[in-house]
Amino acid sequence: MGPIIVVVELQNDAMSPATGELLTRARQLAQARSTRVVALGFGEAARSALAASGADDAVLVVGADPYVPTLAEAALRQMVRETSAGLVLLANTTMGMDLGAATAAAEGRPMVAYVTSLTAVEGGEFTATSQVYAGKLVAEVAVPEGSVLTVLPGSWPADDAVAGGTPVREVAVAPESAMELVRTIEPETGDVDITRADVLVSVGRGIQDPDNLELADELAEALGAVVSCSRPVVDAGWLPRARQVGKSGQTVKPKLYLALGISGAPEHLQGMKDSEIIVAVNSDPAAPIFEVAHYGATCDILELMPLLTELLGEAG
Amino acid sequence: MRIAVLVKDVPDLVEELELDESGRALAVDDLSYVPSEWDDQALEEALLLKEASGAHVSAVALDTGDIDNMLYAALAKGADRAVKLVGDYDRTMPGRQRARILADYLADAGYDLVMTGVQAVDDLDGQIAGLLGGMLGWPHASVVRDVAVGSGPVSFVQEYAGGRMAEFRSATPLVLGVQAAKKPPRYVPIARIRQVSRSATLEEVEAGAPSAESTLAVQRLYRPEAQGHATMWEGDAAEVAAALVALLDEQHLRS
Ligand SMILES: Cc1cc2nc3c(=O)[nH]c(=O)nc-3n(C[C@H](O)[C@H](O)[C@H](O)COP(=O)(O)OP(=O)(O)OC[C@H]3O[C@@H](n4cnc5c(N)ncnc54)[C@H](O)[C@@H]3O)c2cc1C
Ligand SMILES: Nc1ncnc2c1ncn2[C@@H]1O[C@H](COP(=O)(O)O)[C@@H](O)[C@H]1O
Repeated sequence: MGPIIVVVELQNDAMSPATGELLTRARQLAQARSTRVVALGFGEAARSALAASGADDAVLVVGADPYVPTLAEAALRQMVRETSAGLVLLANTTMGMDLGAATAAAEGRPMVAYVTSLTAVEGGEFTATSQVYAGKLVAEVAVPEGSVLTVLPGSWPADDAVAGGTPVREVAVAPESAMELVRTIEPETGDVDITRADVLVSVGRGIQDPDNLELADELAEALGAVVSCSRPVVDAGWLPRARQVGKSGQTVKPKLYLALGISGAPEHLQGMKDSEIIVAVNSDPAAPIFEVAHYGATCDILELMPLLTELLGEAG
Repeated sequence: MRIAVLVKDVPDLVEELELDESGRALAVDDLSYVPSEWDDQALEEALLLKEASGAHVSAVALDTGDIDNMLYAALAKGADRAVKLVGDYDRTMPGRQRARILADYLADAGYDLVMTGVQAVDDLDGQIAGLLGGMLGWPHASVVRDVAVGSGPVSFVQEYAGGRMAEFRSATPLVLGVQAAKKPPRYVPIARIRQVSRSATLEEVEAGAPSAESTLAVQRLYRPEAQGHATMWEGDAAEVAAALVALLDEQHLRS
């Protein structure tokens, strides 16, 4: 089988945790299939991550930093063709969504998105599980050699970081691109930092109306907690972006995460599943949030919030 | 600027997702369907572009069954045209096949910008924006917001983890997977959609046959095995509130 290509992604200028997870599984599978791991990183910024990849071949794409989708795609496709890649692994991030499906389609390879497990099976192929229908169902799929997979961050543990000794080789990519970077935009800093709160009262679309946010504010006050939320609450303009938990928001690990009217889509879970205690209240007993919560209830949050506030006030 | 917005419907997650006897697929005929929520965002963003700069907006859907209302709704919201790609299609068609049919149509339909939802809850075999970009060889980007069009290149913002973003400029034709519109999607009353359905026509285009290209073999479809399912507190809201307060006390989490 051709090599397993891992696309290296950066977070705060270092290798992202999701990339470490991909490299870990790639090394295991490469051993099982007697093949190599190729780590592909974009631009000078990726050099130290590549050096710590523990890959058999660490390749730095010159001039593809910062990230521009068209340039990264050209480099990945070239690598996939040149090496007759046996598997291509990307994290299911913005970059993975840009590059994964396009590379698969352009190179005529199968594609599996939202992967949560990947194992080698007898007979030469692989099996993956994938989270679909916002986490309500799991699909087990046969993964033929040559497939492109985007893996949900946090799906399996990463080995300890490899000491930075992997030699890094450089390749060039054609510099002309239909797309160019205009500017990067730093995250909005909000009035509060939800990543530092011990207790989060987190509201989702189940809050139904912006007027009901007052109930969450009052509860948070009674609890000494901070209000956070899921993405649709931000997109509706009901709370500022700095309050958003999840894939495109903040990653939080409070002592208590109280999820109110949040269904538990994978993109939300990614930002809060490592909280110490998770309590979820959702009227749908089949909501995926109950798979990660420690305690749960199916009552109406609009009824619960004022009762809880009152109870905390009485006994406080 | 000619914009195509690709729209499709997906099973309504509020209802139980019934599986068929094979255990490998949904019982598609027993489910109810809703427009994919990110396609709604893409449509809204396109309609805002029309209002801001006079773009011409077409809503495009594959006729996988009962999709007329979705297209009439797009017209009622302000789309200039609704295109229904007809052929031997049904709801079991994998995303990859849908993408191929759409790509073949889009290749020479003369659009400058193709907008789709960033993902759909059922796109197991890849998100449509990337698939189309790869098939057509056009520039494309996912997780996009704040699209702006003028006479030159299209600009847009792409979101990353932790609230970081970047603004790009791109030549057309271009495919964008839209995460969120500048405003929440507009609402049109059902009565208005009915009215439009009586006066407007959907443009039908005979499109290609589904291909067998890189189809995935699903071996099993199942509800997540409840490895760590929550301990459930039964009872009404008052009882749940009492249980929560007891937990807070036990964990010394009362302020
Ligand atoms: C690229 C990308 C990035 C994303 N990033 C994020 C992210 O960072 N954060 C994020 O949260 N999402 C993110 N999403 C969106 C994500 O896919 C989901 O759409 C979102 O998490 C759903 O939010 P929700 O749970 O609040 O809403 P829903 O899924 O609509 O759930 C609302 C829940 O409330 C329950 N409910 C309704 N009324 C009541 C009531 N009165 N009492 C109790 N329960 C009630 C319902 O049963 C339902 O389960 C992202 C999506 C994409 C594609
Ligand atoms: N050189 C790079 N290699 C890999 N990923 C990158 C690189 N530059 C940027 N990224 C990705 O783009 C996101 C935003 O980049 P930036 O705004 O430049 O920090 C990061 O979180 C990464 O996902």
